[in-house]
Amino acid sequence: MGNKQTIFTDEQLDAYQVRLVCVFYSRLHGRYHELAPHLVPMDYTNEPDCKLPLALIVNMPELKENPFRNRIVESFSEDGMGNLSFNEFVDMFSVLSEMAPRELKAIYAFKIYDFNVDNYLCKEDLEKTLNKLTKEELTPEEVQLVCEKAIEEADLDGDNKLSFADFENMITRAPDFLR
Amino acid sequence: MPPKRKNDSIVKVEDVGMDVDTVIDSGSEEEARKRTKNRRAKPQRKAKRVSDDEEDDEDEDEAPRKRGRKKKARPRDSDEDEEEDKRSVKSKGSKASRRKAAKDESDEESEEEPDKRKKGGRATSKKEKEEQNKEKKGGNGKGKERESKGGEKNKKKKNGKLSSSSSSSSEGDEDSLSEGEIAALKEQVEEKKKLIATLRNKPWRMKRRLVMLKEAQEFVEKFEGALGKGKGRKLYAYKVMMTKKFIKFKRDFENFKTACIPWERKIKEVESHFGSSVASYFIFLRWMYGLNLVLFGFMFGLVVLPEVLMGLPYGSIARKTVPRAEQDSAMDFSVLFDFGGYCKYSFLFYGYYNNERTIGLLQFRLPLSYLLVGVGIFGYSLMVVIRTMARNANEGGDGGDEGEFTFSWKMFTSWDYLIGNPETADNKYASITTSFKESIVDEQENQKDENIHLRRFLRVLANVMILCCLGGSGYLIYFVVKRSQEFAEMDNDDLSWFEKNEVEFVMSLLGLVCPPLFETIAELEDYHPRIALKWQLGRIFALFLGNLYTFLFALFDEVTAKLEREKSIKNATEWALNQYYANYSSFYNTTNVPPPDVHPSDVVRGPCWETGVGIEFVKLIVSDVQVSYLTILIGDFARAVIVRFLNYCWCWDLEAGFPSYGEFDISGNVLGLVFNQGMIWMGAFYAPGLVGLNVLRLLTSMYYQCWAVMACNVPHERVFKASRSNNFYMGLLLLVLFLSLLPVVYTIMTLPPSFDCGPFSGQEKMYDVVMETIDQDLPAFIGNIFTYATNPGLIMPAVLLMVLAIYYLNTVSKGYQQANLDLKRKMQMARDEEKNRRNNKDSTNEVMKDLEDLLPNKSLIPPPIEEEPPPDVVVEKNSKSTKTKPGSAGKGVNLQKEVSLAAPNPRGPVTRAPGARGRPPGNPRGPQPGPGRGRGRGAPPRY
Repeated sequence: MGNKQTIFTDEQLDAYQVRLVCVFYSRLHGRYHELAPHLVPMDYTNEPDCKLPLALIVNMPELKENPFRNRIVESFSEDGMGNLSFNEFVDMFSVLSEMAPRELKAIYAFKIYDFNVDNYLCKEDLEKTLNKLTKEELTPEEVQLVCEKAIEEADLDGDNKLSFADFENMITRAPDFLR
Repeated sequence: MPPKRKNDSIVKVEDVGMDVDTVIDSGSEEEARKRTKNRRAKPQRKAKRVSDDEEDDEDEDEAPRKRGRKKKARPRDSDEDEEEDKRSVKSKGSKASRRKAAKDESDEESEEEPDKRKKGGRATSKKEKEEQNKEKKGGNGKGKERESKGGEKNKKKKNGKLSSSSSSSSEGDEDSLSEGEIAALKEQVEEKKKLIATLRNKPWRMKRRLVMLKEAQEFVEKFEGALGKGKGRKLYAYKVMMTKKFIKFKRDFENFKTACIPWERKIKEVESHFGSSVASYFIFLRWMYGLNLVLFGFMFGLVVLPEVLMGLPYGSIARKTVPRAEQDSAMDFSVLFDFGGYCKYSFLFYGYYNNERTIGLLQFRLPLSYLLVGVGIFGYSLMVVIRTMARNANEGGDGGDEGEFTFSWKMFTSWDYLIGNPETADNKYASITTSFKESIVDEQENQKDENIHLRRFLRVLANVMILCCLGGSGYLIYFVVKRSQEFAEMDNDDLSWFEKNEVEFVMSLLGLVCPPLFETIAELEDYHPRIALKWQLGRIFALFLGNLYTFLFALFDEVTAKLEREKSIKNATEWALNQYYANYSSFYNTTNVPPPDVHPSDVVRGPCWETGVGIEFVKLIVSDVQVSYLTILIGDFARAVIVRFLNYCWCWDLEAGFPSYGEFDISGNVLGLVFNQGMIWMGAFYAPGLVGLNVLRLLTSMYYQCWAVMACNVPHERVFKASRSNNFYMGLLLLVLFLSLLPVVYTIMTLPPSFDCGPFSGQEKMYDVVMETIDQDLPAFIGNIFTYATNPGLIMPAVLLMVLAIYYLNTVSKGYQQANLDLKRKMQMARDEEKNRRNNKDSTNEVMKDLEDLLPNKSLIPPPIEEEPPPDVVVEKNSKSTKTKPGSAGKGVNLQKEVSLAAPNPRGPVTRAPGARGRPPGNPRGPQPGPGRGRGRGAPPRY
């Protein structure tokens, strides 16, 4: 106990913390800032209340090509409209990062696919998902078939829509889902 | 968060009953922390109860307070973040288990911590949060610390979120902690660490997480330092860095590995636009290229290079020299193009190789090596093909999807979130669409059911027709070959052009007409396109066998003719030599006769049938390459260009109408590849250069065809999924390998090698080389062993044994297959059952939960969020549901027992199913959860 200071000085402790926190935060904040330099203050010490609109965030290179970009941003924003505060922004990146655990990803994936925010994936959700995935290349009959099959496969409680339990059950077994 | 929340902060702080001085700064933060605390408090308590007895003193103080806090906070929770609550409820099961796991691991934090920190700054901020939290806790118990901490915290807050002035001020005070306090601290630190480790898994808003994290981390950091454990930090930081680096490295390595697979990108691109069936051809082509590369390595490394480097140079002996008569035209392009002239007397062909037993400094036994490599190529190919087939068979499946969630998985997991490049994104869209189409085709096939008798009849009819076609063309080929033999005996001048080229003409006609004909007939059968492709492949294969037959027939005729000519030439040379020796010795009256001094290009030589055969094969391959490339150029490219550009000024729509764009002909291309390989196997013995040529051919055709497909073809109308294993292609290849093995082995074993060319000249039979080596170079006992081993008395039992082994293994594998099928069926049944059960709302989960409720240890499950229906209602519902079951009340009672006490009993749902169906009609499935859940919940009281 007494020798703790000799092993480890306060400065060192500080340094670690500062470095780790700052590297991560400042990098993300940099990204956040450069999306809208006029909106986002560089100084975040007193938590300014500012949000970035969906249109700006969707244009980040990470999301630009993603068919679900709007949904992703929307499901991370608290108001559901796609306006992200910095914390939500950080939130989004942490979930999308490869370190995020499967369960967490499943939860947010469910949110993303839940287009009409009713906590169920119903047929319309699936149709929208499919059309986004295939750029509407499939005929309506094919879309119909696929959606029916998907619900039939994953729906365990027979209510013709997928609850989160169904979704999680299905997605955690998927070979492609975060291996 | 909106600033208005600030106002609430004080109230909330009071709710929580915590030291107020910590909370001055931002209300939102405080609130978030509170929320997190609620959330955290529940599971933590539970977890603690299970295992942590040591914590008692601390806990007892805290538990009631936490509980109180929880209660107070809950209503607010429910308004403010309903959805989050729901989420957390949903995931609670998993969370709980995770937490448990975390607890188990808590001894080895070193593992966990890097994990936390990996997150980068997040983790550290987590720590801060934790610390604050801790401080609070600690603050209650220990007034001493409290002040210092409180002060410090204020400071920290002022510094802002990112501040990290963790433990500077308080450190002095902590030195004087007592032992008991240290122990308590340790506990807390552990706890916080756990929290940090699991925090990431919680579906909270980042803000809440941050706050939590900060508290926890600050605490851990400070008190780890206080406890003297802080020296681990450096190690942690190092580990974090290393883990990060390792992950990055792993990913890079994966990328590198993928990048190392040749043409992977090209093939994926083709696959994304044309489906896996077309891609399967390219994968096959790539595999073939790999195989040929190895064969090429053998051939060049062990035969060609030694001869070129260590053997006699060109022009030193007759077999390495162009004969005088041919020398004038030896460099003409037309001659070289036919592989005459210098080509014929080069290392490309059998005749070039010398029959010296050993060459060079290394005493390399070239003839032996030649024979072994010739046979070894077959052995290696056989081994590789069979091994690949076996491995593919493991992967199993004829390409149909076996997973339970084909479509759902495709829908929810097919997009790769790392894609950031528009072109890649386009390809990904295409590939997703294609794969959906493939699955849709499969699904449509599954759903299709029509008149089974009609279809059966049509299939038989189609097969009969195709058999007739095949038989007819077979007879035609036989007839034509017969006639050509007759023509060959007649005088060449009497024959018309047609009669001379009759065989080729008929063959190419058949090759042109039959495949489309088969395809048309196959439409009668109405198979799934994947199966149809297999049939088509098999049928065209049978047709092409005719090709092979005629080719070999012609070749053997040529060989026998050459053998006869050679015999006479050999006699003549021997006679001439004898004459020369006799004359020389009688003239100079000496027995020491020098060999005749003739220039190598003037030496009388035999026809060297092996080189002839080799040339035939090489010519065949070259012409095959020309034809197939020209076909692509004209049939695909020119057509595409015409269709594309003439469409502007044409009277009908060329793109949609008649010529349209070409489709990629999978069956034709695959068979072309297979037969080409057969030619290589057959010809490699007579023309060592052939393998190198083939490597070139495969290489170019890979690029060429990839380009052609992407540029000029359109996807098939019904894109179908290729069989995953490619085993059908492999099977065809194996068959061809076997067929090509026959003639080569036959010639090696029976035909005498030419007397004046090739590595075996002077031997009776080619395999004498081996005998010679065994006799002369190996110890005697090996020769003995060899003689015993070749004894028929030993071979017969060995063959018998092998047959028996094959029989046995076959039976075993059939048994396994059967077992596999049974298991699959069982799984399917289990799944259906589960579905059934859930439809009846007596889900296994529900029952399991109840079971766990009964157990003293409740740590595994989260507390139920929704209000449970009061027990009496439950009973009522139960009785109702049993009553409504028509005529099976007794059964229903039994059932309940089963459900509540023995949930996993698979018979439960089966017996229950009729009951559920028996419920009054018009009762939709929706409302049923009531009874089901009720029944489940009813279990505890009964217990």
